[in-house]
Amino acid sequence: MAKKPVNFTLNGDARAAFAEDGQNLLEFLRRGVGDMSPKYGCGQGTCGACTVMIDGETQLSCLVLAEAVDGKEVRTASGLPSPALDPLQVAFMENFAAQCGYCTPGMLVSARALLDRNPRPSREEVIEAISGNLCRCTGYETIIQAILAVAEGRVRA
Amino acid sequence: MTSTVLTVATMGEAASAVAQGATFFAGGTIIMRDINAGTAAASLVRTTDPSLKQIRISGETVTLGAGVTMANILANRDLAFLHPVARLVGGPQVRNMGTVGGNLFAPHPYGDFAVALLALGARVVMAGQGGARPVDDLLRDGTRSPGLVAAVEFARPRSGTFGFLKVSRVKPKGVSVLSVSALLPREGGRIRGARVAWGAMGPRPQRGTSAERALEGQSLTAETMGRAAAAAAEGLNPETDAIATDWYRREVAGVHLRRMLEQMERG
Repeated sequence: MAKKPVNFTLNGDARAAFAEDGQNLLEFLRRGVGDMSPKYGCGQGTCGACTVMIDGETQLSCLVLAEAVDGKEVRTASGLPSPALDPLQVAFMENFAAQCGYCTPGMLVSARALLDRNPRPSREEVIEAISGNLCRCTGYETIIQAILAVAEGRVRA
Repeated sequence: MTSTVLTVATMGEAASAVAQGATFFAGGTIIMRDINAGTAAASLVRTTDPSLKQIRISGETVTLGAGVTMANILANRDLAFLHPVARLVGGPQVRNMGTVGGNLFAPHPYGDFAVALLALGARVVMAGQGGARPVDDLLRDGTRSPGLVAAVEFARPRSGTFGFLKVSRVKPKGVSVLSVSALLPREGGRIRGARVAWGAMGPRPQRGTSAERALEGQSLTAETMGRAAAAAAEGLNPETDAIATDWYRREVAGVHLRRMLEQMERG
């Protein structure tokens, strides 16, 4: 089976790796490139645990062809701290916004994408922005509070 | 079974591959599920052709390239009348991925954008073929495409003549109990050329001909709305799924049609 070269930027660093035919970006990032922050949840675009940013837009990496990110910029949760923790990560800790933590990398990417384009979102805009990310532990309220804490400048980081 | 994916630079090359039996890969939100499950077609083709992402508005005609995403529509101020439709497709990530063209082939209970296109009387432009065909034909023929969809085109609806409503149990981001859309042009206060379209009320988006008959030639009064609501479910055979039974969908169809008509009347 033909392997396809993929040259892309991962969290600001130029990377090159080979993708299998039909391989999804999630598997490519985890197995091929070694970035374990996007999580495998449902594999069918329902849960959002695999959320990454591609050229600034959140997408579901389990539904993206790996070869399609050739020439593009990919950001994952592991690229958030630079060099210290992202304020969102601090806020998630301070607000107890994770229990099992499996949804957290996807939540962080969706929240970062929101704040990058809209630094002062309303509560409704926060809910809308994370509506593609399922959390079965927290009931969402602590996550919403954490994101609003960053938006309202209540986080030291 | 693993699939092979061919990437080509132009729509013409992609159309040739589709003519030879390949399945077109657009936004990936439907087809990539099948690839992950090992049930996708053996031969897939995708294109990097930028023309696929073009939005053209000339005079009263709107042309959306098949690769235009829901997020692209939401970012375009001239398409504000379509924002209530695009906003209710999937979650934020799916809206960044899912395309106008792909939505035409989305199986039940998806395809809410196609429901709006059906109500708008959109025409489908096929790559490498002259002219355009009614979206009704494409939707009636099922999920197999008779070629490669390049774009859809339709007349911009006059203010107050276009309506859309999607009913979900989970908000935001729930799949359809049903969706309904209508185009109700008026002549001298009377509805002329009514188009009503349903989503999740059958295997594919389809016209609501009984509701259209109740609306045609009438003014949009409470009485007309009542008659359309009473006739709404006639001829529709919705499926039973995890969201709702066929019985429930038929029971509530008229209620939601009436709510949408009332919304349109309020403006």
